[in-house]
Amino acid sequence: MIALSWRQFRTQAALAFGLLAVIAVALGITGPALVHLYDTSVLPCQAQGDCSLVTSAFAGRDHLLQDLGTVLVVVPGLIGLFWGAPLAARELETGTYQLAWTQGVTRKRWLAVKLGLVGLASVAVAGLLSLMVTWWSSPLDRVSADLFAQFGQRGIVPLGYAAFAFALGVCAGLVLHRTVPAMAVTLAVFVGIRLAVTNWVRPYLFAPLRLITGLKAPSGNSLGGGLTPPRPGDWVISDQVVNAAGRVIGQDGAINLGPGRLGFMFGPAGDGRVALQGAGTCPNRFPALSGAGGGQGPTPAFVRATQECVTRLGLKEVLTYQPTYRYWPLQWYETGIFAGLALILAGFCFWWLRRRYA
Amino acid sequence: MTAALATEGLGKRYGRRWALSDCTLEVPPGRVVGLVGPNGAGKTTLLHLTVGLLRPTAGSIEVLGRPPGDNAGQIGRVGFVAQQTPVYSRLSVADHLRLGGWLNPQWDAEAARRRISQLGLDPDQRAGRLSGGERAQLALTLAIAKRPELLILDEPVASLDPLARREFLQLLMSTVVEHEVSIVLSSHLVADLERVCDYLVVLASSRVQVAGDVDDLLAAHRRLTGPRRDASALPADYEVIEESHTNVQSSFIVRCAGPVYDPAWTVEELSLEDVVLAYMSRARSGAGLARRGLSVLR
Repeated sequence: MIALSWRQFRTQAALAFGLLAVIAVALGITGPALVHLYDTSVLPCQAQGDCSLVTSAFAGRDHLLQDLGTVLVVVPGLIGLFWGAPLAARELETGTYQLAWTQGVTRKRWLAVKLGLVGLASVAVAGLLSLMVTWWSSPLDRVSADLFAQFGQRGIVPLGYAAFAFALGVCAGLVLHRTVPAMAVTLAVFVGIRLAVTNWVRPYLFAPLRLITGLKAPSGNSLGGGLTPPRPGDWVISDQVVNAAGRVIGQDGAINLGPGRLGFMFGPAGDGRVALQGAGTCPNRFPALSGAGGGQGPTPAFVRATQECVTRLGLKEVLTYQPTYRYWPLQWYETGIFAGLALILAGFCFWWLRRRYA
Repeated sequence: MTAALATEGLGKRYGRRWALSDCTLEVPPGRVVGLVGPNGAGKTTLLHLTVGLLRPTAGSIEVLGRPPGDNAGQIGRVGFVAQQTPVYSRLSVADHLRLGGWLNPQWDAEAARRRISQLGLDPDQRAGRLSGGERAQLALTLAIAKRPELLILDEPVASLDPLARREFLQLLMSTVVEHEVSIVLSSHLVADLERVCDYLVVLASSRVQVAGDVDDLLAAHRRLTGPRRDASALPADYEVIEESHTNVQSSFIVRCAGPVYDPAWTVEELSLEDVVLAYMSRARSGAGLARRGLSVLR
């Protein structure tokens, strides 16, 4: 059965590993140059102190990176579509299952061998590709301010994605026994789950850390732009402004003024009080307030008054983030989730085969 | 001796529709069994149940004395050529023979190779490029080379032209002689099977209408023609399969054990096709008739 599976799969395997070899050569040629550039430009300047210009110039040399990242995001999906979905669906569609299942090999073994062989190849392809990309981009990632932006394109998570997409494809094929609908369902479900995990699961796999400070009123015409996390690579999940009661009334260091509008609107409320729109009112201890504004920027007195009111109202800014040191634990955790899903789907395949096809 | 195929109240339901119901059969071993019935009668369902591709909804089935199923021992004993003879279109003829060797413990590689060269098939040819007849021959070669005790063929000749049909059946017959294998083959045409079968099962409206040795079936059925008479006037042990009346004349196809003595009747022998058609039209004319019970000759 292994020999047959290999005979059916070898052309596709050769194609995939051939492409990997091409990518490996391209990265092997350009990779050392990138490391050399890092060593000669970024390292010396970091020793001297401030070097944001050099760093950003270096980070701009990522022509290949964008494409590689895209490839790595797409590859697990392609594996599910072209290796997973047709695996069982094509045999059921063309009727060859009647040939395969009436030889001397049980269906269970047939499925086990196919899942095992093609599944391993899927994980291997994603793993090798991720390894190459992670290695190649490591100098760039060292200067990157946003490590988590490439979370799904580095490290070990692509292996989990590939295993999951493949198992999903096989299941869809087995249930729908038509190749094209199985591919469509695989694509839709894979993209859906991947997005859902990225947006709603990954941030909360570990309870995020919080940084809470009193809200700072803007001291110039522009808004403060919110808090920055303790370390540059930390992954900011949210930056909210809450009032004394704990209700969220704004974000990124400013208060909600209306749909899509953020800022500070501070001014006389008429009855001898001043209002901070969207937050509350304070006693007016600065009768000269009305003279502020007018395009010249707030006067120091105005700024002081605003800050005093903000403090009096107890407004706080809450930064929720995942620190950089959780990058690898999160990689393992998410890989584990997708690997677990893949195993559950594989188990479902066996169950379905037993139930549906005697 | 163990029956090649024995079923008891066997039934298979898809959703609300019974594709096969209340099927009780006992087919002796060493026979070439023809399974005849109109399209949609349940032939494929019965054959898939026999090779274990389907699981019965009701009743029981034993193939070569054991329940068919998904275990290596049992599927090795039964060879199967599916309808439209599916093969892997991207694999070559030689690949298919290798595949047989990989998957079957008792694979007869030598015989398979010999047969392919006798047929004049190019081993390097992709199976997808073969003609319908060649594909059927390849599928049959695969099924035979695994050395089964029972060989099942689902409409093997339906897609073949008359010449290929004859060659296919010849190959099949030579196999029976060579390997002492029991064979079940289905068709919607009696003519396809007449020359090769010695046992017949008629399946219509998802039920077994009649089953038995071909010679016994021919001996037991005859057409009676005579002055107009009601069916109830016939002796009680005559089973009327088909009747037709004009103003003055009545004609019956009946099944009766002994000779017909009544001189009022003109007695005619029937061809196998006549018998089969009589049962098929009875099945179509009323499901109520089927309630009368199954007619199984043993």
